[in-house]
Amino acid sequence: MFITRKAEFSASHVCRVPSWSDAANREVYGEAANEHGHGHNYIIEVTVAGDPDPVTGMVVDLKQLKEILEREIVQPMDHRFLNYEVEPFDRVPPTAENIALEIWSRLRNQLTSTPARLHRVRLYETADLFVDVTGEDFDT
Amino acid sequence: MRAALTRRYQFSASHRLHTPALSNAENERVFGKCNNPYGHGHNYQLEVTAHGTVDPETGLVLDVRQLDRFVSDQVLNRFANRNINMDLPEFRHLIPTTENIAIMIGKVLEDGWTAEFGVPGPKLVGIHVQETDRNGFDLVIGAPVSRRNDAVVEPSFVSVTD
Repeated sequence: MFITRKAEFSASHVCRVPSWSDAANREVYGEAANEHGHGHNYIIEVTVAGDPDPVTGMVVDLKQLKEILEREIVQPMDHRFLNYEVEPFDRVPPTAENIALEIWSRLRNQLTSTPARLHRVRLYETADLFVDVTGEDFDT
Repeated sequence: MRAALTRRYQFSASHRLHTPALSNAENERVFGKCNNPYGHGHNYQLEVTAHGTVDPETGLVLDVRQLDRFVSDQVLNRFANRNINMDLPEFRHLIPTTENIAIMIGKVLEDGWTAEFGVPGPKLVGIHVQETDRNGFDLVIGAPVSRRNDAVVEPSFVSVTD
């Protein structure tokens, strides 16, 4: 059974490879390469898989999951400029793909106290664009 | 590392659900209001999902602008502000249910995908067609990937005869 919790953070970013010229960045990223950055209301949907506990009827403690999302994702990223204030985006471009992968990495070891496991991270950059990451995406 | 990127598009079109294989009364019983002789329209939403390696330098699975152009050329420009039954040859003998529309769009995108995005490149893994806020269908394309939690329609391409 899957259960999904949603959270939101607002942040700015700029998609640039620092070693590239302005023209090369614009060619690959378009307006997302605008020098001073721009922002989004990012929405994350975190899906956890497991069986309901026979006593509590819960797959995962949703209060605990909410606290984890708040502590690991929302507080560090909300109202920040990701490139300048949130690792590893000083080194890798904060595309929706990379932000989703980073969120997965931050959450993957947070559910160890429960039998539930992280199944999927979905990151909406806008209503019309989202990225999904699952554990399968890390296989070699 | 890999990721799946989904982009959402919209097109407005009209259709009528009717089959000459059934009597008028049976058509009305099966399709209800959707059998209205003059047709009716929807603001369809189309989601296209591509799965692939996140380029280690650019952080991208694919160029979203390229995907936008491809989907516009292959699908949106053909459906937008059209009568699906009358204007799209694929539906001259195929009922334009949302199931069949999803299967047709999946086939069109799959046919042009490799030429557009190359090998190895991002794979088209699924589409979702939403007819109204309350009614949508998923089509899984290629090898099953657990992209979604929702119920899925397995691919079973209907051969289109014209």
